[in-house]
Amino acid sequence: MLLGDISGITITNVEAVPGRKVTEHYGVVQGSTVRAKHVGRDIMAGLKNLVGGELKGYTQLLQDARKDAVERMARQASELGANAVINVRFATSSVTQGAAEILAYGTAVKLGDDAH
Amino acid sequence: MLIEFLIVVFLLVLGFTSGKLLELRHYKSIREREARWSAVPAVTFRTLPDQRPVAASVLVAGSVVISIDFWKRFLSGLRSIFGGELLSYSPLFDRARREAVLRMKESCPKADLFLNLRFETVSISKGAGRRIGSVEVLAYSTAIRYADEVRSEETR
Repeated sequence: MLLGDISGITITNVEAVPGRKVTEHYGVVQGSTVRAKHVGRDIMAGLKNLVGGELKGYTQLLQDARKDAVERMARQASELGANAVINVRFATSSVTQGAAEILAYGTAVKLGDDAH
Repeated sequence: MLIEFLIVVFLLVLGFTSGKLLELRHYKSIREREARWSAVPAVTFRTLPDQRPVAASVLVAGSVVISIDFWKRFLSGLRSIFGGELLSYSPLFDRARREAVLRMKESCPKADLFLNLRFETVSISKGAGRRIGSVEVLAYSTAIRYADEVRSEETR
Protein backbone atom coordinates (compact mmCIF):
# COMPACT_ATOMS: atom_id res chain seq x y z
CA MET A 1 0.00 0.00 0.00
CA LEU A 2 1.27 3.46 -0.85
CA LEU A 3 1.32 5.70 2.18
CA GLY A 4 3.26 8.69 0.93
CA ASP A 5 0.73 10.27 -1.40
CA ILE A 6 -1.66 11.38 1.28
CA SER A 7 -2.79 15.02 1.17
CA GLY A 8 0.18 16.27 -0.83
CA ILE A 9 2.72 15.64 1.90
CA THR A 10 5.88 13.72 1.06
CA ILE A 11 6.44 10.90 3.53
CA THR A 12 9.57 8.76 3.92
CA ASN A 13 11.06 6.54 6.58
CA VAL A 14 14.65 7.73 6.05
CA GLU A 15 16.27 10.80 7.63
CA ALA A 16 15.79 12.89 4.51
CA VAL A 17 13.88 13.03 1.30
CA PRO A 18 16.49 11.84 -1.22
CA GLY A 19 17.38 14.59 -3.68
CA ARG A 20 15.72 17.37 -1.65
CA LYS A 21 17.08 19.70 1.00
CA VAL A 22 15.37 20.19 4.36
CA THR A 23 15.04 23.90 5.10
CA GLU A 24 13.03 23.89 8.30
CA HIS A 25 12.13 21.50 11.14
CA TYR A 26 8.78 21.52 12.90
CA GLY A 27 9.30 18.69 15.38
CA VAL A 28 7.41 15.47 15.93
CA VAL A 29 4.00 14.86 14.44
CA GLN A 30 1.90 11.82 15.11
CA GLY A 31 -1.33 10.17 14.17
CA SER A 32 -3.03 7.27 15.85
CA THR A 33 -6.21 5.26 15.80
CA VAL A 34 -7.66 2.64 18.12
CA ARG A 35 -9.51 -0.18 16.39
CA ALA A 36 -11.59 -3.07 17.62
CA LYS A 37 -12.24 -6.21 15.60
CA HIS A 38 -15.83 -7.26 15.16
CA VAL A 39 -17.46 -10.53 16.07
CA GLY A 40 -18.11 -11.77 12.54
CA ARG A 41 -14.47 -11.48 11.65
CA ASP A 42 -13.56 -13.18 14.89
CA ILE A 43 -15.66 -16.21 14.10
CA MET A 44 -14.15 -16.48 10.63
CA ALA A 45 -10.70 -16.12 12.14
CA GLY A 46 -11.51 -18.88 14.63
CA LEU A 47 -12.38 -21.22 11.76
CA LYS A 48 -9.36 -20.19 9.73
CA ASN A 49 -7.23 -20.99 12.75
CA LEU A 50 -7.82 -24.69 12.24
CA VAL A 51 -6.33 -24.80 8.77
CA GLY A 52 -3.83 -21.99 9.17
CA GLY A 53 -3.06 -19.32 6.61
CA GLU A 54 -3.86 -15.69 6.14
CA LEU A 55 -6.63 -13.97 8.06
CA LYS A 56 -7.66 -11.54 5.32
CA GLY A 57 -10.21 -9.71 7.47
CA TYR A 58 -7.55 -8.77 9.98
CA THR A 59 -5.04 -7.83 7.30
CA GLN A 60 -7.59 -5.42 5.85
CA LEU A 61 -8.50 -4.04 9.26
CA LEU A 62 -4.92 -3.26 10.17
CA GLN A 63 -4.17 -1.81 6.74
CA ASP A 64 -7.09 0.60 7.00
CA ALA A 65 -6.02 1.55 10.50
CA ARG A 66 -2.47 2.24 9.43
CA LYS A 67 -3.63 4.33 6.50
CA ASP A 68 -5.79 6.39 8.85
CA ALA A 69 -2.92 6.88 11.28
CA VAL A 70 -0.62 8.12 8.51
CA GLU A 71 -3.35 10.40 7.19
CA ARG A 72 -3.81 11.99 10.60
CA MET A 73 -0.08 12.44 10.94
CA ALA A 74 0.08 14.10 7.51
CA ARG A 75 -2.80 16.41 8.41
CA GLN A 76 -1.02 17.50 11.58
CA ALA A 77 2.10 18.20 9.55
CA SER A 78 0.25 20.30 6.99
CA GLU A 79 -1.39 22.31 9.77
CA LEU A 80 2.10 23.22 10.97
CA GLY A 81 3.02 24.40 7.48
CA ALA A 82 5.28 21.45 6.68
CA ASN A 83 5.36 19.78 3.28
CA ALA A 84 7.03 16.51 4.29
CA VAL A 85 7.27 14.06 7.16
CA ILE A 86 10.56 12.18 7.40
CA ASN A 87 11.84 9.25 9.47
CA VAL A 88 8.36 7.82 10.00
CA ARG A 89 7.99 4.93 12.44
CA PHE A 90 5.07 2.67 13.28
CA ALA A 91 4.14 1.32 16.68
CA THR A 92 1.29 -0.86 17.86
CA SER A 93 -0.02 -1.51 21.32
CA SER A 94 -2.97 -3.54 22.51
CA VAL A 95 -5.24 -1.42 24.64
CA THR A 96 -7.87 -3.86 25.86
CA GLN A 97 -9.08 -7.25 24.76
CA GLY A 98 -9.55 -7.28 21.03
CA ALA A 99 -8.53 -3.67 20.45
CA ALA A 100 -5.26 -2.22 19.27
CA GLU A 101 -3.77 1.22 18.86
CA ILE A 102 -1.88 1.92 15.66
CA LEU A 103 0.54 4.82 15.89
CA ALA A 104 2.53 6.53 13.17
CA TYR A 105 5.04 9.25 14.05
CA GLY A 106 7.72 11.21 12.30
CA THR A 107 9.43 14.57 11.97
CA ALA A 108 7.63 17.32 10.08
CA VAL A 109 9.93 19.36 7.86
CA LYS A 110 9.86 21.85 5.03
CA LEU A 111 11.67 20.93 1.85
CA GLY A 112 13.39 23.43 -0.41
CA ASP A 113 12.64 23.59 -4.12
CA ASP A 114 15.94 22.10 -5.15
CA ALA A 115 14.57 19.02 -6.85
CA HIS A 116 16.69 17.87 -9.74
CA MET B 1 -15.63 -39.06 25.28
CA LEU B 2 -14.91 -41.04 22.16
CA ILE B 3 -16.67 -38.41 20.08
CA GLU B 4 -14.49 -35.68 21.55
CA PHE B 5 -11.39 -37.71 20.85
CA LEU B 6 -12.46 -38.27 17.26
CA ILE B 7 -13.14 -34.58 16.77
CA VAL B 8 -9.66 -33.70 18.00
CA VAL B 9 -8.11 -36.32 15.72
CA PHE B 10 -10.15 -35.01 12.80
CA LEU B 11 -9.01 -31.44 13.48
CA LEU B 12 -5.40 -32.56 13.72
CA VAL B 13 -5.60 -34.37 10.40
CA LEU B 14 -7.42 -31.43 8.82
CA GLY B 15 -4.84 -29.02 10.18
CA PHE B 16 -1.95 -31.17 9.02
CA THR B 17 -3.13 -31.76 5.46
CA SER B 18 -4.57 -28.34 4.69
CA GLY B 19 -1.76 -26.55 6.50
CA LYS B 20 0.83 -28.47 4.51
CA LEU B 21 -1.03 -27.91 1.25
CA LEU B 22 -1.45 -24.19 1.81
CA GLU B 23 2.17 -23.86 2.82
CA LEU B 24 3.43 -25.59 -0.32
CA ARG B 25 1.19 -23.51 -2.53
CA HIS B 26 2.21 -20.31 -0.78
CA TYR B 27 5.94 -21.05 -1.09
CA LYS B 28 5.49 -21.71 -4.78
CA SER B 29 3.80 -18.35 -5.29
CA ILE B 30 6.42 -16.59 -3.12
CA ARG B 31 9.30 -18.03 -5.15
CA GLU B 32 7.71 -17.06 -8.46
CA ARG B 33 7.01 -13.51 -7.38
CA GLU B 34 10.41 -13.08 -5.76
CA ALA B 35 12.05 -14.08 -9.02
CA ARG B 36 9.95 -11.49 -10.84
CA TRP B 37 10.95 -8.76 -8.39
CA SER B 38 14.59 -9.68 -7.93
CA ALA B 39 15.76 -6.75 -10.10
CA VAL B 40 14.22 -4.25 -7.67
CA PRO B 41 16.07 -4.72 -4.40
CA ALA B 42 14.81 -3.83 -0.96
CA VAL B 43 17.71 -2.76 1.22
CA THR B 44 18.08 -1.87 4.89
CA PHE B 45 20.42 1.09 4.26
CA ARG B 46 19.30 4.45 5.51
CA THR B 47 21.00 6.39 2.75
CA LEU B 48 21.21 5.85 -0.97
CA PRO B 49 24.07 3.58 -2.03
CA ASP B 50 24.87 5.76 -5.07
CA GLN B 51 24.80 9.43 -5.98
CA ARG B 52 22.21 9.32 -8.73
CA PRO B 53 19.52 11.98 -8.91
CA VAL B 54 16.19 10.93 -7.46
CA ALA B 55 12.91 11.78 -9.14
CA ALA B 56 10.49 10.68 -6.43
CA SER B 57 10.37 8.99 -3.06
CA VAL B 58 7.37 7.68 -1.22
CA LEU B 59 6.59 5.63 1.89
CA VAL B 60 5.24 2.17 1.08
CA ALA B 61 4.07 -0.67 3.28
CA GLY B 62 2.88 -4.23 2.97
CA SER B 63 1.34 -6.35 5.65
CA VAL B 64 -0.18 -9.73 6.30
CA VAL B 65 -1.96 -11.37 9.23
CA ILE B 66 -1.42 -15.09 9.46
CA SER B 67 -2.35 -17.85 11.83
CA ILE B 68 -0.95 -21.27 12.54
CA ASP B 69 -2.89 -24.46 11.88
CA PHE B 70 -4.27 -26.84 14.50
CA TRP B 71 -1.63 -29.49 13.93
CA LYS B 72 1.29 -27.11 14.37
CA ARG B 73 -0.32 -25.60 17.41
CA PHE B 74 -0.61 -29.09 18.85
CA LEU B 75 3.08 -29.72 18.12
CA SER B 76 4.13 -26.47 19.71
CA GLY B 77 2.03 -27.38 22.75
CA LEU B 78 4.03 -30.59 23.08
CA ARG B 79 7.28 -28.74 22.51
CA SER B 80 6.57 -26.27 25.26
CA ILE B 81 6.73 -29.14 27.74
CA PHE B 82 10.33 -29.92 26.85
CA GLY B 83 11.48 -26.48 25.71
CA GLY B 84 13.66 -25.80 22.71
CA GLU B 85 13.04 -24.26 19.34
CA LEU B 86 9.51 -24.30 17.98
CA LEU B 87 10.41 -25.47 14.50
CA SER B 88 6.81 -25.49 13.34
CA TYR B 89 6.62 -21.72 13.77
CA SER B 90 9.68 -20.78 11.69
CA PRO B 91 8.18 -21.36 8.23
CA LEU B 92 5.14 -19.41 9.31
CA PHE B 93 7.14 -16.27 10.08
CA ASP B 94 9.33 -16.81 7.04
CA ARG B 95 6.29 -16.93 4.77
CA ALA B 96 4.71 -13.91 6.40
CA ARG B 97 7.81 -11.70 6.12
CA ARG B 98 8.45 -12.60 2.50
CA GLU B 99 4.79 -12.09 1.64
CA ALA B 100 4.78 -8.68 3.33
CA VAL B 101 7.87 -7.57 1.38
CA LEU B 102 6.31 -8.78 -1.88
CA ARG B 103 3.08 -6.88 -1.20
CA MET B 104 5.10 -3.80 -0.42
CA LYS B 105 6.95 -4.10 -3.73
CA GLU B 106 3.80 -4.86 -5.69
CA SER B 107 2.12 -1.72 -4.37
CA CYS B 108 4.77 0.42 -6.08
CA PRO B 109 5.69 -1.15 -9.42
CA LYS B 110 7.51 1.98 -10.66
CA ALA B 111 10.17 1.93 -7.95
CA ASP B 112 13.85 1.30 -8.70
CA LEU B 113 14.90 0.66 -5.10
CA PHE B 114 13.27 0.22 -1.70
CA LEU B 115 15.32 2.04 0.89
CA ASN B 116 15.45 1.48 4.65
CA LEU B 117 13.28 -1.61 4.86
CA ARG B 118 11.96 -2.23 8.36
CA PHE B 119 9.92 -5.07 9.76
CA GLU B 120 7.45 -4.93 12.55
CA THR B 121 5.73 -7.91 14.08
CA VAL B 122 2.58 -7.47 16.11
CA SER B 123 0.86 -10.20 18.05
CA ILE B 124 -2.82 -9.48 17.69
CA SER B 125 -3.85 -12.53 19.65
CA LYS B 126 -3.20 -10.86 22.98
CA GLY B 127 -6.23 -11.10 25.18
CA ALA B 128 -8.04 -13.50 22.87
CA GLY B 129 -7.07 -16.43 25.01
CA ARG B 130 -4.91 -19.18 23.60
CA ARG B 131 -7.32 -20.02 20.80
CA ILE B 132 -6.03 -17.54 18.30
CA GLY B 133 -2.32 -17.63 17.63
CA SER B 134 -2.00 -15.05 14.92
CA VAL B 135 0.56 -12.38 14.14
CA GLU B 136 0.72 -9.41 11.85
CA VAL B 137 3.91 -8.78 9.96
CA LEU B 138 4.43 -5.31 8.53
CA ALA B 139 7.20 -4.38 6.12
CA TYR B 140 7.75 -0.73 5.24
CA SER B 141 10.32 1.27 3.36
CA THR B 142 10.86 4.30 1.18
CA ALA B 143 10.38 3.57 -2.51
CA ILE B 144 12.88 5.42 -4.70
CA ARG B 145 12.58 6.23 -8.38
CA TYR B 146 15.74 7.46 -10.05
CA ALA B 147 15.57 10.32 -12.50
CA ASP B 148 18.08 8.95 -14.98
CA GLU B 149 17.12 5.29 -15.05
CA VAL B 150 17.09 3.78 -18.51
CA ARG B 151 14.19 1.39 -18.40
CA SER B 152 13.12 -1.36 -20.66
CA GLU B 153 9.64 0.02 -20.29
CA GLU B 154 7.54 -1.83 -18.03
CA THR B 155 8.28 -5.45 -18.49
CA ARG B 156 7.32 -6.09 -14.90
